[in-house]
Amino acid sequence: MNWEVVIGLETHAQLSTVSKIFSGASTAFGAAPNTHACGVDIALPGSLPVPNRGAVERAIRFGLAVSGHINRRSVFARKNYFYPDLPKGYQISQYESPIVLGGKVRIHVGDEEKTIQLTRAHLEEDAGKSLHEDFHGMSGIDLNRAGTPLLEIVSEPEMRSAAEAIAYAKALHALVRWIDICDGNMQEGSFRCDANVSVRRKGTDKLGTRCEIKNLNSFRFMERAIEYETRRQIEILEDGGVIVQETRLYDPDRDETRSMRSKEDAQDYRYFPDPDLLPLEVSEDWIASVKRSLPELPQAMRERLIKEFGLSPYEANVLTQTREMASYYEALVKSSGGLHKLAASWVMGELSAALKRASLEIGASPISSQRLAGLLKRIQDNTISGRTAKDVFEAMWNTNVEADAVISERGLRQISDTGALEKIVDGVLAANPGQVSEYRAGREKAFNFLVGQAMKASQGKANPAQINEILKRKLAA
Amino acid sequence: MLNATLTELSQALSARKISSAELTQLFIDRAHSLNPALNAFITLDPTRSLEQARAADARIARGDAQPLTGIPIAHKDIFCTKGWLTTCGSRMLANFVAPYDAHVVERFEAAGAVVLGKTNMDEFAMGSSSETSYYGPVRNPWDTTAVPGGSSGGSACAVAARLAPAATGTDTGGSIRLPASLCGISGLKPTYGVVSRYGMIAYASSLDQGGPMAKSAADLALLLNTMAGFDARDSTSLERAPEDYSRNLERSVKSLRLGLPKEYFAAGLNADVARAIDAAVAQFRGMGCEIVEISLPNTQLAVPAYYVLAPAEASSNLARYDGARYGYRATDYRDLREMYMKSRAEGFGPEVKRRILIGTYVLSHGYYDAYYLQAQRIRRLIARDFTQAFEHCDLILGPTSPSVAFDLGAKSGDPVQMYLSDIYTIGVNLAGLPGMSIPCGFGEGGRPVGLQIIGNYFDEARMLNTAHQFQRDTDWHLRMPSGVEGIRT
Repeated sequence: MNWEVVIGLETHAQLSTVSKIFSGASTAFGAAPNTHACGVDIALPGSLPVPNRGAVERAIRFGLAVSGHINRRSVFARKNYFYPDLPKGYQISQYESPIVLGGKVRIHVGDEEKTIQLTRAHLEEDAGKSLHEDFHGMSGIDLNRAGTPLLEIVSEPEMRSAAEAIAYAKALHALVRWIDICDGNMQEGSFRCDANVSVRRKGTDKLGTRCEIKNLNSFRFMERAIEYETRRQIEILEDGGVIVQETRLYDPDRDETRSMRSKEDAQDYRYFPDPDLLPLEVSEDWIASVKRSLPELPQAMRERLIKEFGLSPYEANVLTQTREMASYYEALVKSSGGLHKLAASWVMGELSAALKRASLEIGASPISSQRLAGLLKRIQDNTISGRTAKDVFEAMWNTNVEADAVISERGLRQISDTGALEKIVDGVLAANPGQVSEYRAGREKAFNFLVGQAMKASQGKANPAQINEILKRKLAA
Repeated sequence: MLNATLTELSQALSARKISSAELTQLFIDRAHSLNPALNAFITLDPTRSLEQARAADARIARGDAQPLTGIPIAHKDIFCTKGWLTTCGSRMLANFVAPYDAHVVERFEAAGAVVLGKTNMDEFAMGSSSETSYYGPVRNPWDTTAVPGGSSGGSACAVAARLAPAATGTDTGGSIRLPASLCGISGLKPTYGVVSRYGMIAYASSLDQGGPMAKSAADLALLLNTMAGFDARDSTSLERAPEDYSRNLERSVKSLRLGLPKEYFAAGLNADVARAIDAAVAQFRGMGCEIVEISLPNTQLAVPAYYVLAPAEASSNLARYDGARYGYRATDYRDLREMYMKSRAEGFGPEVKRRILIGTYVLSHGYYDAYYLQAQRIRRLIARDFTQAFEHCDLILGPTSPSVAFDLGAKSGDPVQMYLSDIYTIGVNLAGLPGMSIPCGFGEGGRPVGLQIIGNYFDEARMLNTAHQFQRDTDWHLRMPSGVEGIRT
């Protein structure tokens, strides 16, 4: 039987403000427990929330970046429930009127491109943390995180595979970092996803009963959790069972999802508009000024790289994964005098590999775009071969020396002088009469051997194209 | 000194006829001797008060005194006051020493006023009689077998019995005006948003508003000058140019149009109250005011709408009292759920629990539209009633309360009867309008009657002007409960 999985994602992106969404306390990660919690965060009697303009502005940035509709008037509501890490007994969120409605995110799976529609994005505050392990027979409460600004981004159930879900999550992750509203740090919980997963028989329109999977704090876990959950649901249905709507928790150690609570246990959150906060009004001027401050968006840049630089869609996609990589690439193209293709292959190849080995972000690359441009120019003008360039790159990585200095210090300049090359080839032909006869007898392989010998004799400095040409000419004589 | 206006006290302090320390001591002594019988104060802290008084004296000596410098003021125990026990009349906060000052307290502090003490009140401001306090009921100084009205009953009682020259209160459905009326003093609830709610413990956020309570309209104006003003820490605080509320006090009220809502004079209004109100209306007519009949057709819906909206907000506002971080925590519990349940069951009194239950119910899934949204619609209708009425008049006059102070315990068993005490005051809160009560006579048992004056948005100065002109020509506000001196424990 053919099954189709239907996936929608709810993503919490922590907005990169200095202070909290409704108080002046710091949002910095990793402080001693309860040192970043003021009267508002611990819900002292008489304390009141005041919205953080920076958080609202970041939500607007996001809404514009995904071409969503910015609600000129949105409403903060209270979601009421009791839990020790929720000091007020309610979470301030947006319910009926979110700040962003709709929007879309373009994803790439292999060569396929697909657009995922967004339902909404709304502002809310994070809760604190309950620490159950550190205290014997008791629980600790750390309210540093309480009141941290979050943007909850809800997608339509438009993804049809774990791969699509991951591609969407990655595209969203790249976008929030690109527009600088979230640091995207998944280990610290700055970017978290919950997945709504259901399955149905292929060809049917009706959605199956969904389960919400929580605790997907890496892309790898998300993929495994969705795949496990898909299998689980298909097995139940094929055995004639029914799916129970519930919230499930992914356990990465056992690689399975487990039931957390069913719909019947769902709490009545008694949402109502927060009377401490006026409706959030966003003026046209504000939206216009945020629009002006937005950088070129990845999708637009991808299209430009393909159209103007002649890159392949794959190259354009990889180079726009992060804004840092994209600006490195653009700076490299500029400094190298327009070596679009060469720059693309070096950024995606040698540079990315070296950065990965050293666990560095491109912004911290020991070789700046300007220095790398110096190397690309020498490849372009045939001063060195691509092969030699890799050695020069390594030397540049380890020292502060420029490409030209490495080339001249080590005498790596390519030999392109025809006279010198002819001499080398003559020497090789004289020293290997057997291979020469074999070649003349029709064994093509012998040619490669002779090229290798000539390169060796030149200590790798010979221009390979020229060597080829001279050899062919002399052997034909 | 006990009957002096704030202006007179200020002049006496400036002229060094009396020091702030002496004045403060006078009221502390009086409070010590009379509070056991009246229960107006929850906390008195003479050491702290006198320390502030001496600082005020130094400031007066330096020559940078403001009108309220050195004058002792009693704060309703709903205002967070740094270093002071701030209980909100509840066992839940019986151990809560506020680590910060409310905006209102800050303003008085900056003006050089002295905190005289924290006054008793209905628990979390939920009540119309000041009987629901964990600290026991407040008594009416005119007759200690009667209630003082609520929820700011401690403040009203303290001013009426001359235990304090002035006090602060809060008004969510009538909690300043009702006790002012029943205790024969003056009290003003400003337009919603004029006084910051920062540090004022929330009951129903969209209705709560702080305001002054004093012996006269002139004193209220002086107090409001200090209390009012924009505060960025309260998102509902209104950003407006500062206003001198005393500026129009002496203006003539000739040809002022005063509207009498016919619904406020219908069945339900006691005859003794009606007589005093009629006399006050006649007084205004004599002063050259034009009296017009108006209608507020949705008056009957105000109490039911209020008792949906206020409890809804309260059920959420009071969720923070869970025993986890501060306040009361039960001693004996097995798990988290039981800690919550026992702490809240033991920490809250019956009226608070009743309102939390009502509020939780009306916000529940399936009931929200029928109750909460419907009440919001009524709220808009009531606001529209007032807007239309103000097309025909400048101010609205009427009774503050349908009856004079009732006996202690008389309505404790019947919440609906208790809730109906606020029938004339609640509409003002729902509409966000300013309202005040001033004494205008006496009814049954020699208990005071209050006249309510309702103004259009931001019309406090005109209301104070009108009340002041009335008080220039009458002496109801100068009467002092005679029995008080004889009260001993």
